Amino acid sequence: MSYSPAATDNSVPILKVRELKVHFPVKRGLIFQRTVGVVKAVDGVDIEIKHGETLGLVGESGSGKTTLGRAVLRLNDTSGGSISYSGQDVLALRGGEMRRLRKNIGMVFQDPYGSLNPRMTVGNIVAEPMLVHKIFDNKLAIRNRVMELFDTVGLNRSMASRYPHEFSGGQRQRVGIARALASGPNILICDEPVSALDVSIQAQIISLFDRLKLEQQLTYLFIAHDLSVVRHVSDVVAVMYLGKIVEQGNADDIYRSPQHPYTQALLSAVPIPDPAVERKRSRTVLKGDIPSPLNPPSGCVFSPRCPIAEDRCFVEAPMSRTLSDGRRAACHKV
Amino acid sequence: MTEALLTVENLHTQFRTEGGVVQAVDDVSFNIQAGETFALVGESGCGKSVTALSIMGLIPNPPGEITSGSIEFDGVDLLQVSSTEMRSIRGSKIGMIFQEPMSSLNPVLTIESQLAEPLKIHIGLSSAAANDRAQELIDMVGIPDSKTRLKQYPHELSGGQRQRIMIAMAMACTPRLLIADEATTALDVTIQAQILDLMQEVTEKSGAALLIITHNLGIVARYADRVAVMYAGKLREVGDASDIYAASQHPYTVGLLRSVPRLDSEKGTPLSPIGGEIPDLTNLPGGCAFNPRCQWAVDRCSIEEPELIEIAQGKQVACFEHASVSLSV
Ligand SMILES: Nc1ncnc2c1ncn2[C@@H]1O[C@H](COP(=O)(O)OP(=O)(O)OP(=O)(O)O)[C@@H](O)[C@H]1O
Ligand SMILES: Nc1ncnc2c1ncn2[C@@H]1O[C@H](COP(=O)(O)OP(=O)(O)OP(=O)(O)O)[C@@H](O)[C@H]1O
Ligand code: SF4
Ligand code: SF4
Ligand SMILES: [Mg+2]
Ligand SMILES: [Mg+2]
Repeated sequence: MSYSPAATDNSVPILKVRELKVHFPVKRGLIFQRTVGVVKAVDGVDIEIKHGETLGLVGESGSGKTTLGRAVLRLNDTSGGSISYSGQDVLALRGGEMRRLRKNIGMVFQDPYGSLNPRMTVGNIVAEPMLVHKIFDNKLAIRNRVMELFDTVGLNRSMASRYPHEFSGGQRQRVGIARALASGPNILICDEPVSALDVSIQAQIISLFDRLKLEQQLTYLFIAHDLSVVRHVSDVVAVMYLGKIVEQGNADDIYRSPQHPYTQALLSAVPIPDPAVERKRSRTVLKGDIPSPLNPPSGCVFSPRCPIAEDRCFVEAPMSRTLSDGRRAACHKV
Repeated sequence: MTEALLTVENLHTQFRTEGGVVQAVDDVSFNIQAGETFALVGESGCGKSVTALSIMGLIPNPPGEITSGSIEFDGVDLLQVSSTEMRSIRGSKIGMIFQEPMSSLNPVLTIESQLAEPLKIHIGLSSAAANDRAQELIDMVGIPDSKTRLKQYPHELSGGQRQRIMIAMAMACTPRLLIADEATTALDVTIQAQILDLMQEVTEKSGAALLIITHNLGIVARYADRVAVMYAGKLREVGDASDIYAASQHPYTVGLLRSVPRLDSEKGTPLSPIGGEIPDLTNLPGGCAFNPRCQWAVDRCSIEEPELIEIAQGKQVACFEHASVSLSV
């Protein structure tokens, strides 16, 4: 297995995203389409992930998490900013270089069923990336590697010749993870990988991610809306709201003392499975809905729902600043 | 103890499927007191919705059928009443909210007519009075700008607002029982908190009981007075929420509690998941259905089925080994 050499240096970020913008034009009309607006799904995002670290990306639906994850793999066109992977300019990659990028960055999806070809056996599904990336030159080596991957993710080897529909949701997610690992990536982008699973199965898959991180020094971009799950897996957390990262930093710091009003409200909305703790907690329940991304608020994106907004918040968008403990937050009052 | 508002006894509900008979609800008994919040928890396919639909008289037949048991609500056996009576009870005395509000709202009727209609039918309000009450209800569930909203159609509202409309509809005739089946599962957590707080508030105000059906153990911890844990069609443990979370004595409940990551846990706390898979209801393991996944299982567990027995005041457990089961073992 070949790993990219830069990936072993722990101090430099393996993935660095700067000022990234992904804007989608919104078109109306049957034949003569005109652009009636633009959704700023990702709007000036900075994140970086160090080798072997997990960055948890949280935020409510429509905040732009999936779009950001897809942009890193060049599955979306970007409208500005830069992405670098191990020092390479991702947005400048062409053909063969792109393929190498996708070999090094694997992706795991929420809906394992929708992302697995129903007409292929799961063994072939897991083998496919090895063929695409020409990792082995003989079938036996591929077979052996598929079997190893089955062991790694906790699937019975005898299941390799079955089809996805014969598997449970948890098993399908294991297949999806084995496929993502097949090309020997050093980063996994996981987009809501456990959201569709039952509690007991979810815990199994999270434990699998824990183990892979230890055993293979994997780096994760872990996208989820479940803040408790993200708490468990993340070293660093980035909180997204309407296309912007509002707070980002060490996971322990953020969970212990969130600074941004949105992070505070988000964390306080998550019920803790323990009545003794839960009934004593004080909470901020946000009013109102998440605004339409087609028509975002002026000034601070959070201003219409923010419990402590002041006049300037409605006109002036706050810049992201680095706080004394190294975290970053975008709020006039932090 | 006060008289129960709802008493479900030995309920059996089954479905005939291609794979065989599915005993979706298998000898389920529990009761809900007036004004209390009762939670039914368990993983997918364990029979939570079928339990709720059985209470509501909404089991599709065929393929489904309630084969035995009784459901007594407010002094009436719901399994004995006519379908007309049942419809009237559903519209007025028991309200229900589902996960997907779009499926229970009529897309071609305005919010106003959907809210006013049951008021005219079930409590005989005039059109004008019903429309006034509709606006009151919209205000009650915290939707701003009620006058405009009343004239709108469901697709013009956000998911959270639709769920508020569902609550308004379910509460319109001041029911004695509100059933919320995964009513907030599809919503973002900040909206989920709003909706659950609202349900608690409106039921508290009117003295109605609330049956929350969910797989989210955090929600149960926050809102429920009592909890029933369901697995493969059967109740496995029933008790006060505080007691279940602090001192569960059923291996499945213990396994669930150890499986959920907690917001307030220390970084690096490992999870201890339950092994194995949720069983297929057409092909259940013999004896206790949980035995292939149970770390406490003894020989007897694969042969005999444990009954749900009362082991302390208000606490019931179905497990042969309950005396040695605890969260700390
Ligand atoms: N291809 C597209 N064309 C137009 N708009 C898009 C496209 N993809 C995403 N969007 C919009 O961009 C915004 C961000 O969407 P995205 O899927 O990234 O959110 P998310 O945070 O992943 O949400 P969820 O938690 O629901 O998955 C949304 O408003 C979405 O409607
Ligand atoms: N209309 C139906 N026809 C056949 N089987 C059914 C039908 N409705 C429910 N079942 C079966 O009954 C069992 C219990 O289903 P139920 O919907 O009550 O589960 P649940 O606990 O509500 O799960 P979830 O958390 O996924 O909503 C399942 O195995 C399901 O397949
Ligand atoms: S900038 Fe103003 S509106 Fe935005 S989060 Fe801070 S206080 Fe609230
Ligand atoms: S009866 Fe046996 S198998 Fe079932 S939960 Fe108890 S110990 Fe486990
Ligand atoms: Mg997404
Ligand atoms: Mg259900």
